[in-house]
Amino acid sequence: MKIRIGLGSCGIAAGALKVMEALKEELDSHNLKIEIQQTGCIGMCHKEPLLDIIDDNGQTFTYGKITEKDVKAIIEEHVIAGNPVEKHLVNSSQNPNDFLGEQVRVALRNCGIIDPEQIGHYTERGGYEALKKAITMSPGDIIEEIKTSGLRGRGGAGFPTWFKWNAARNNPGEIKYIVCNADEGDPGAFMDRSVLESDPHSVLEGMAIAGYAIGAAEGVIYCRAEYPLAIRRLELAIKQAKEKDLLGSNILGSTFSFNIRIKQGAGAFVCGEETALIASLEGERGMPRLKPPFPAQSGYWGKPTNINNVETFANIPWIIAEGGKAFAAMGSQTSKGTKVFALAGKIKRGGLVEVPMGLSLRDVIYKIGGGIKEDRNFKAVQLGGPSGGCIPVDLLDTPVEYESITATGAIMGSGGMVVMDETTCMVDVARFFLDFTQKESCGKCVQCRIGTKRMLEILERICNGEGRPGDIELLQEIALKVGEGSLCGLGQSAPNPVLTTIRYFREEYEAHINEKKCPAMQCKALITYRIDPDKCKSCALCAKKCPVNCITGEKKKPYVIDQEQCIKCGNCMEVCPTKFNAVIVE
Amino acid sequence: MYITINGTDYEVRGESTVLEVAQREGIYIPTLCHHPALEPYGACRLCLVEIIAGGRPGLTASCALPVSEGLVIETDSPRVHHVRQITMKLIMAACPDVPAVMELAEKLGVTDTPYQKASVPNSCVLCGICVRICSKVGTSAIGFAYRGSDRQVMGPWDKTPDTCLGCRACENVCPMGLIKFEEKDGVLIGEPFKSRVTMAKCSECGRFFTGAPMVGTLQQRVGLAVDLCPECQKTKEARLLAHAGGLGRYFNLEKQDH
Ligand SMILES: Cc1cc2nc3c(=O)[nH]c(=O)nc-3n(C[C@H](O)[C@H](O)[C@H](O)COP(=O)(O)O)c2cc1C
Ligand code: SF4
Ligand code: SF4
Ligand code: SF4
Ligand code: FES
Ligand code: FES
Repeated sequence: MKIRIGLGSCGIAAGALKVMEALKEELDSHNLKIEIQQTGCIGMCHKEPLLDIIDDNGQTFTYGKITEKDVKAIIEEHVIAGNPVEKHLVNSSQNPNDFLGEQVRVALRNCGIIDPEQIGHYTERGGYEALKKAITMSPGDIIEEIKTSGLRGRGGAGFPTWFKWNAARNNPGEIKYIVCNADEGDPGAFMDRSVLESDPHSVLEGMAIAGYAIGAAEGVIYCRAEYPLAIRRLELAIKQAKEKDLLGSNILGSTFSFNIRIKQGAGAFVCGEETALIASLEGERGMPRLKPPFPAQSGYWGKPTNINNVETFANIPWIIAEGGKAFAAMGSQTSKGTKVFALAGKIKRGGLVEVPMGLSLRDVIYKIGGGIKEDRNFKAVQLGGPSGGCIPVDLLDTPVEYESITATGAIMGSGGMVVMDETTCMVDVARFFLDFTQKESCGKCVQCRIGTKRMLEILERICNGEGRPGDIELLQEIALKVGEGSLCGLGQSAPNPVLTTIRYFREEYEAHINEKKCPAMQCKALITYRIDPDKCKSCALCAKKCPVNCITGEKKKPYVIDQEQCIKCGNCMEVCPTKFNAVIVE
Repeated sequence: MYITINGTDYEVRGESTVLEVAQREGIYIPTLCHHPALEPYGACRLCLVEIIAGGRPGLTASCALPVSEGLVIETDSPRVHHVRQITMKLIMAACPDVPAVMELAEKLGVTDTPYQKASVPNSCVLCGICVRICSKVGTSAIGFAYRGSDRQVMGPWDKTPDTCLGCRACENVCPMGLIKFEEKDGVLIGEPFKSRVTMAKCSECGRFFTGAPMVGTLQQRVGLAVDLCPECQKTKEARLLAHAGGLGRYFNLEKQDH
């Protein structure tokens, strides 16, 4: 028997360390010697903290939303008496839940299962076998295998991985570099963090194979400093791999040598762009450089450099071990394998999910995610973060594959998937993302530096009820030109949230501008809260919760909101008992 | 090698960019961040042209586009024209009422901008030519600060840049004429970068003539010993020539006061 506890950043934040303490105490008090294994993230964010009991038959029982107080019952009833505690059970081997059952795990194959701090756990599950195999192959054969797999970059653009490797391999040069892009700057995205925290060796192994294929002896992981746990586990993993002769000079007695080091970035979104990332690695200000030359021609210190995303690298060992054909067997015509998404927003079951390409957005959101919170109506799903766009309900059957998603005006991106319901204002969403890109623009080129700022100003005035006729056209015009004319991907993709929301939710823009109304009741300047005198039962709950004390009234008389002072926080509406429902928003 | 610009074929020998070829052939492409002494930078986006064939079709910065055989370029297609106008209007919004900007806008047929004008007017178009020339000079005394629309050029932390040589290269190249150096009591004062550079004295006439660090840097980097102001240098050279030409007796080779 074994007990496993999720200690990714997510689990720790949810209180898993306390559960761990309680667990140790409880086991001690019963004099039980059972191994407690830490693990990374299985992806069920909505159920953290998570605890697995793996019984002597190898059956796994997962308990979710565990607190210190629940530990006693689980130990006594399940571990000692052998009866699983149904109340907290969220998944089991015999009875997989829909969240995990619909997923196919390649990049996340070890996440939430192994202890990321023990290389033995990784090798037990076949880890580093792919590297062993790779160094007996020719670099050309490896690249051919990657080509067969159809793997495309998971960092956003979906460029065929084999092609970049091949270019870096064929470009002349004694010294070449492998760079792992772990900048993960999209707000709300945490796919790469989870992989690094939960299965760091898979990335190291992928990088080493890439190094062998292109002829590089050095790899650098560019990781944002805001990921301290990922960095600590990577450092440990590098150390362990070196001790086992899986990294360093003459790996496993071969002529192939490969070292990996970590470079911490300060977390600018633009530093995820590959040429800005290289500038930052070289100690320069993180600003994009002109392409060509591409990194494969002249990258880090002017040498041929291959940059891939964390998830791309995590797929590599699987492909080499299982064969490119097995990978290509999953997915659709143009997009092979699987894709990891960080499912968030107004969704019942949020978390990290890995699905085969080609699955429809509807299946991801409803089958895996369980549908919309509080059974509200689905409005849109945002893919690709600040570079992406909003996909409306009638395109919910769009399959998860690069071309189909691009056709909607959004992008596959690195895996951010934010679900929005009827309470989300689409103009406000566009404003939110533009605010982000405008702040994160490096400021080098005119289109992005000035253009995103001017777009933001227009969006702000629309949200403030000061929109003018013609604003939509003005927005579209700058958006198109910023997209066409910007120097790097940040500016080129920054207009996507604006363009897609105009394309699919134009009437919402029009309501803001022409009728000065926010249909989703979100834009503060355009809504008022009012108390219906017929429904108000003078319970005074709202008056107590109003942060600016602008609700007055007395017993038996309906309460009234002072519109002058109201800051539109919506607290009153929230606290008014549902049986009264006296607060109205208009 | 032949490339086609606006329907006409041009022969190109050796390496050059589309912008260079166009300039050579008298085809007008507006630029703000291009400087012939510097590498392409691609920041102002005014030089965008359209690739029709021979490359990835679409808009691209001509200052950074190397010519290649069979490249077909339009510098004035409707698409180029449109994006250029918007770019110009964006620059006008960020740098309202700056004469040099207005002049360029007029040349492109743009008279006003529909976008909100910057509340804090700024004349710097952030072409980065000063920063780049300074880095080429080898000191990188000035650089960029802040991101997005807050971007500015300045010395580190907006303080007097301690590596400024007083070479005045930046002053020379700024297309907006925003950088000014002045001599005051043996100190070269450069604005807006807050440069304060002690000057060197001419060993002949005793006048201050350049930043003292310049003298040391020239000596160190190119082995050139400069201890005379340009005028004394000229006189010295003339004297040497005259002497070599047998005219020495017409000159007083003794020290001469100004
Ligand atoms: C503004 C911007 C931000 C980016 N951020 C990331 C990032 O955080 N992680 C990443 O892997 N790729 C990011 N990319 C994409 C990279 O430039 C590059 O295409 C990618 O790392 C290549 O790896 P892949 O081929 O494995 O996808 C970003 C691109 C842009 C334009
Ligand atoms: S598009 Fe934006 S981030 Fe990219 S170079 Fe231009 S200003 Fe910088
Ligand atoms: S004068 Fe100073 S700031 Fe200007 S280019 Fe020369 S060294 Fe740089
Ligand atoms: S100061 Fe002049 S040269 Fe420097 S960035 Fe501004 S406009 Fe360009
Ligand atoms: S379970 Fe790990 S991020 Fe949610
Ligand atoms: S001159 Fe080419 S971008 Fe400025």
